[in-house]
Amino acid sequence: MKRIIGVAVALVLVVVLTALQDPKFLQPGNVSNVARWIGMYGVMSIGQAFVIMTGGIDLSVGSLVGLVGCVLARLIREHGVPVPVAVTLVLAMCASLGWLHGMMITRLRLQPFVVTLCGLFIYRGIARFITGDATQGFGTGYTEFKQLAVGTLVGVPNPFLILLGFAAVASVALNFTVFGRYLLALGRNETAARYSGVPVSRVIVATYILSALGAGVSGVLFALDLNSIQPSGHGNFFELYAIAGAVLGGCSLRGGYGSILGVLLGTAIVRVLYNAINILGIATQLEFAVVGTVILFGALADEVVRRIDERPRGAPT
Amino acid sequence: MSRLLEATGIGKRFGGAIALEDVSLALDQGEIVGLIGENGAGKSTLIKIVSGIHRPDAGVIRLDGKPCAIPNVQAAWQHGIVLVHQELSVADNLGVSESMFLGRERRNRLGWIARREQRDLCAPILETLGVSFRAETPMATLSIGQRQLVEIARALLLESRLIILDEPTSSLTPSDAERLFAVLRQLRERGTTILYVSHRLPEIEALCDRVVGLRDGRNSGELVPPDISADQMIRLMVGRDLERPPIHETPPSGEVLLRAKGLRLRTNDPNGMNFEVRAGEVVGVGGLMGSGRTRLASTLFGLQRPVGGTLTICGSPGPSRSPRAAVRRGVALVPEDRKTQGLILDDTIHANCDLPVLPLVSKLGWPDRTRLRELAAKAMSTLGIKAPSARTMVSALSGGNQQKVAIGKWLGTGPRLLILDEPTRGVDVGAKSEIYRQIRQLADQGMAVVMVSSDTPELLSIPDRVLVMHQGRLAGELPRAHMDEERFLTLATGGAL
Repeated sequence: MKRIIGVAVALVLVVVLTALQDPKFLQPGNVSNVARWIGMYGVMSIGQAFVIMTGGIDLSVGSLVGLVGCVLARLIREHGVPVPVAVTLVLAMCASLGWLHGMMITRLRLQPFVVTLCGLFIYRGIARFITGDATQGFGTGYTEFKQLAVGTLVGVPNPFLILLGFAAVASVALNFTVFGRYLLALGRNETAARYSGVPVSRVIVATYILSALGAGVSGVLFALDLNSIQPSGHGNFFELYAIAGAVLGGCSLRGGYGSILGVLLGTAIVRVLYNAINILGIATQLEFAVVGTVILFGALADEVVRRIDERPRGAPT
Repeated sequence: MSRLLEATGIGKRFGGAIALEDVSLALDQGEIVGLIGENGAGKSTLIKIVSGIHRPDAGVIRLDGKPCAIPNVQAAWQHGIVLVHQELSVADNLGVSESMFLGRERRNRLGWIARREQRDLCAPILETLGVSFRAETPMATLSIGQRQLVEIARALLLESRLIILDEPTSSLTPSDAERLFAVLRQLRERGTTILYVSHRLPEIEALCDRVVGLRDGRNSGELVPPDISADQMIRLMVGRDLERPPIHETPPSGEVLLRAKGLRLRTNDPNGMNFEVRAGEVVGVGGLMGSGRTRLASTLFGLQRPVGGTLTICGSPGPSRSPRAAVRRGVALVPEDRKTQGLILDDTIHANCDLPVLPLVSKLGWPDRTRLRELAAKAMSTLGIKAPSARTMVSALSGGNQQKVAIGKWLGTGPRLLILDEPTRGVDVGAKSEIYRQIRQLADQGMAVVMVSSDTPELLSIPDRVLVMHQGRLAGELPRAHMDEERFLTLATGGAL
């Protein structure tokens, strides 16, 4: 809880400071834009958060976003597959790949880092191969489909609404269902969870499916939003944004802890920072450095708070 | 022969528990002395004091007649005292010579490790030991027995005068053990003193010049040939009147909830184990370290597959395929290590109690939260868990209360077969007797209870009968009337009644 309050305060601070510097920041157009980006990044961050809460990690989401964009565009434009069918197909592809990750991690006992790192390379390679490195897009048509990413509903960008929907479902799943209880329990102590009859492997596999699906949904939105997909670069580093969002929002990489609200706030802070850097005219070359510094300070502050909390009452300081 | 080490009046407490009280130990140069005693008699504490791991609260240690302090392991090494651990502390990725020099590497002028020099120093030692491997052999390729020999070579490298071996043969094959004994005898000829801690009485009989017994943290006597015999040694280890809770007069005649026929835990057991456990009875499972007690418990709970034989659990045939499947059949396991296996320490009592019962109180993945609250409260009251509330973190509880949570969390699943592995390990005396009472109550309510224990007094006083294991097999069964330490130790050490 403290963590969430901390992130919320930091978010408000960034917003207020940026707005004071440059009122452009709060103009409806900019706010809507930032919200749209939060929406697109947020969905995959939620999936990532589930994996991180089991103590795992999914490095493949960035490449998956790229692959989803390429496959979706090719299915629709080259093969004339109807839009709903194409979307279903790419999501099914993501789910299968996530299942494959999970099976390799639980049955073959490979390390999550290794399995998904290989995924990162493989999916990028496949995306480049099937497109011959040619830029993909949907042209000028498919405007209704594109509304999913660029449109708004009562002034709110659709991706943000989609994120809120996913977040609500994820939050309920995490806090109120057997699945969520199992997830957090095995993240804290996998052995004890197994000894308590928790189907540990099944739960872990499910989280990798969810992460890949999150990347799939984000991938569809990114593709529609950009409409110009570079197979070699689309989605690069996105897994790191997802991890950063989840960690900033209070998910421990050791597993067992985290909240969906935290992930939302964590994702938001990264996106707002990016926007602030642009608006305030800070050299864009510094983008990564600024984001990295903020995350580092977040981790530091968290550690300090934890140590103060853990210090026994009345003990000498 | 001159006196090498003399410890007198050694005392040691851990918290409130007295581990050693007024213990003496005298070792001469060039002798092999056996140190025996049951689990908890103080053997480990004594050797840890002599080798500098623990410091005594009272007493004097004399080395060559002069009082000396052994504040840490390095000091013990300097005095020529080396403990060869029971768990072998070697790094797999090193070669034999590097492993022997670990932590005391020879360096050349550039500060690099002088591998060649290390190898040259190791070679003659390995030669005296007559081993089949060489200084550059990677540790990973060695058998456990060979690794044990590396540990001993390491002790020789330190020019040890006293080598302490703690259960050295617990993981050795008979031929490796023979090899080790030959080396030990050779060392004795060269004037090295060996303190040999073991449960395996035949080995001690064959090897030792003298035997020192400990019981309840005190000296219980010494034996010299020709008195060193299994019977005499058991007498040294035993000898305490146990306070026995009321005995079940009539043998339980409840439904058979666990039936093992030819159950084989290891491939070296051709016949397998045959036993039954009925509703309403508490059956103890005992044996020495490594006898397969815990393996039996994990097999019943589906954590391991048996090698062969048939199992019938709660009326359904076949081994449990997974812990989850076992829970569904009505089996519950309170594992031996509550901190890593039994409980999620960083979670509340409530959450720990919820975990096993979630599938039972949920519809379509939605748990009935009221029911969960009730069950957690019931577990707390039934087992008398002392905590401010069900929302208390388990890590904040005492060992006894943690153990009660580890047991209580299963009550909601309505288990029919309850397996307890070391139910009172690390639990204070008061909580112990409470846990015993509760075990009996659960049995009286119709559960079949299997209680695995290495605490001999507890094993021989709480259950209705005891299955004794030896080297992965069922060595025998002790009915209530025959549950005494002599019979138990005879079976557990491989003897026949």
